[in-house]
Amino acid sequence: MDIELQQVGYAYSKGTPFEKQALTDVNLHIPSGSYQAIIGHTGSGKSTLLQHLNALLKPTEGTVKLGGLEIRANKKAKNLKPVRQKIGIVFQFPEHQLFDETVLKDIMFGPLNFGVPADEAERRARALVEQLGLPEEVLEKSPFDLSGGQMRRVAIAGVLAMEPSVLVLDEPTAGLDPRGRQEIMELFHRLYVEKGLTIILVTHSMEDAARYANRVAIMHEGRCVLSGDPEEIFGDEQHLSEFQLSAPRVVRLQRRFELLLGYSLDKLCLTEEQLAVEMGNIVRKERDF
Amino acid sequence: MMEKMIFGRYIPGDSFIHKLDPRSKLIFVFLFIAIVFLANNAVTYALLLAFTLLTVFFSRIRLYFLINGLKPIIFLLIFTFLLHLFFTKEGDLLWKWQFIEVYEEGLRQGIFISVRFMVLVFITSILTLTTSPISITDGMEVLLNPFKRFKLPVHELALMMSISLRFIPTLMDETDKIMKAQMARGSDISTGSIKERLKAVVPLLIPLFVSAFKRAEDLAVAMEVRGYRGGEGRTRYRQLKWDWRDHTALVLLGFVAVVLWWLRS
Amino acid sequence: MNEIVSLQDVTYSYSPEDSDMRKAVDGISFNINDGEWIAIVGHNGSGKSTMAKLMNGLLFPQEGVVRVLGETLNEENLWAIRSQMGMVFQNPDNQFVGATVQDDVAFALENNGIPFEDMVKRVHESLAQVKMERFLNSEPHHLSGGQKQRVAIAGALALKPRILILDEATSMLDPQGREEVLTTVHKLREDTRLTVLSITHDLEEALLADRILVMNQGKMHAEGTPREIFARGQELVELGLDLPFSLKMSSLMLAQGVSLETEHMSEDELVKDIWISNFNK
Repeated sequence: MDIELQQVGYAYSKGTPFEKQALTDVNLHIPSGSYQAIIGHTGSGKSTLLQHLNALLKPTEGTVKLGGLEIRANKKAKNLKPVRQKIGIVFQFPEHQLFDETVLKDIMFGPLNFGVPADEAERRARALVEQLGLPEEVLEKSPFDLSGGQMRRVAIAGVLAMEPSVLVLDEPTAGLDPRGRQEIMELFHRLYVEKGLTIILVTHSMEDAARYANRVAIMHEGRCVLSGDPEEIFGDEQHLSEFQLSAPRVVRLQRRFELLLGYSLDKLCLTEEQLAVEMGNIVRKERDF
Repeated sequence: MMEKMIFGRYIPGDSFIHKLDPRSKLIFVFLFIAIVFLANNAVTYALLLAFTLLTVFFSRIRLYFLINGLKPIIFLLIFTFLLHLFFTKEGDLLWKWQFIEVYEEGLRQGIFISVRFMVLVFITSILTLTTSPISITDGMEVLLNPFKRFKLPVHELALMMSISLRFIPTLMDETDKIMKAQMARGSDISTGSIKERLKAVVPLLIPLFVSAFKRAEDLAVAMEVRGYRGGEGRTRYRQLKWDWRDHTALVLLGFVAVVLWWLRS
Repeated sequence: MNEIVSLQDVTYSYSPEDSDMRKAVDGISFNINDGEWIAIVGHNGSGKSTMAKLMNGLLFPQEGVVRVLGETLNEENLWAIRSQMGMVFQNPDNQFVGATVQDDVAFALENNGIPFEDMVKRVHESLAQVKMERFLNSEPHHLSGGQKQRVAIAGALALKPRILILDEATSMLDPQGREEVLTTVHKLREDTRLTVLSITHDLEEALLADRILVMNQGKMHAEGTPREIFARGQELVELGLDLPFSLKMSSLMLAQGVSLETEHMSEDELVKDIWISNFNK
């Protein structure tokens, strides 16, 4: 499902003395099947933007196109349910939305709301628990008896159970320890590769964006100031620094080497592994020389 | 709707009224409520109204803002006015249409009651508009201090109040976030039958309670670590200052009371 | 060096009657010296936060002894010891007690009956130490996470404690907020020789410490200087931790046949070594 934002603006408490402009003239096209990272500091408008991707907020200016559905400012939007099923959102600290008696019921909540038959919803829940690496016995437990990391996975399962074709992630690894963080990010990557899900990752981690995304957009003070492929965005450190952002560490390290070498590497390395391989090649070339 | 409400809103400023000690403002409002009932004729009501408008003037709160804020209770005001207008059957008959009769006394009473109602709302609104909720709490705590002797947990009540005030915005954000998260999972609070809507409230309330308890627990630990063990032996960082303004305000109010007493019939 | 905190064979279980349950903290012993910066690292649930709670009497050990400033921690000296030990927690929102920044910083002072004039002075001093003096009257919901944590540090500093415990104080912050908090702590240490104990799962943060304790499953897994600890490499990854960037790069490069004298903890050293070992013919 293609997502397109055209000249989108949003103001909180519009028309009152407390009005606050959060988004200004945002244009962004997210084609179906891409892994889009949206990066920005706290307060850059990325959370507001995210809520437009699921029609939780209606733009006060411009148009949001979610697949075939068009949401325009000043026009009442109706029949949002199908679109909400297609686009799943994992909010920041999603474990805060757990509420039901058992993990099973909680995971089934979404699908049931969208009219999925109970036995199908249950089948999905069981499959997801396994897929997310949780022991089967958690299904009958109360979600509040689980560890923080397990709660996070259950909450994510609750979104995946709706079988969305687009998955919007808001800082999905916040507060997790390094292993938990890596496992969750790998899971999303698998869904992207194996199931062809469109993934939209809202983050302030340059490293995650560099490793996983194939498109990057930078938000700054409510505007989408840069967008393109990762090599393009992260290769332009000067531009990034205008928005108080720095390139991923691995890119910065590559630049230091290039400065010493006196020439640029053939490509921009976006992960530590890539840079190590490149450096290995260069060192070998030097030796043979 | 909520944005137009002025009840409980605080507008920072540095007017004469803003600078008053919360204690004197609280005492002022309580005395004023009593004094209002001294008025019983046109002159005294006019005096009350004038005094109220003077107060509004000194608070630098725009009158239109106050009147705007009255809107939610305008219905109540009109209702009381009509009640007195139609059901007081004294004095000369002024107007009659079929079974509806308006007497002179009814009109008088209707106007008086409305004025009384208005001055009360204005003065209490001025209190909340010019005093931050935390200052009101401070003032209350000090004023209620003598009641500690009767085992009233004054310090605890004040602390509870101030912590609640501190957490209102946090919990509002949280509610918004959870509501949106559940909406994204297909839950819908805004449409459907009453039964369906009630059912949709559960997924909102439970996480809210769970998180509020978690916050309470964290907060209790944080307070303990910082040495909180009840009101005993505590000093106060928020100092209240009673100065010439407070004397002036209360003396003025006393003067108005005396004049009202003298002019009432 | 003077010992400031010591734990001896400390054991704590959240359900002591159930012997099958893994103990949250199991037979831990270590000392912290005056003026040290110690980092306790471990994955979530490794028992590191329980340890912090044991140090300031939020929990009492079922076995073993906790001594702070030379005294064995007990119900009587609890409050005196707490006033020497500032503590900052994970969630910036849930530890903000006051209505405004200055009220929050004053909270511990009020509790300890400090006279008004002293309070005003100390509130201003503490806020200056964390560079938040411009926000005296700000309300918490108008502050960023990093700013709230700095206020929490100021609140902990107001009583002039000997020890500052940071219990995952940066884990809910964005990179910018984390940077702010760590810079603040760094600066504090330079100015005051405060003893700092930071509990974290961020090894980049642990790198700043003088000494690191690695916790796993309630037990002490390893103890040493950052250099000693990170020499363990892959072993740390197996404990659910993530190696600091330069170290990770070092081992990846070695695996790709880049010559290196050793694995490096700082980017500068790494760059220099690669250059000297491979290109300076």
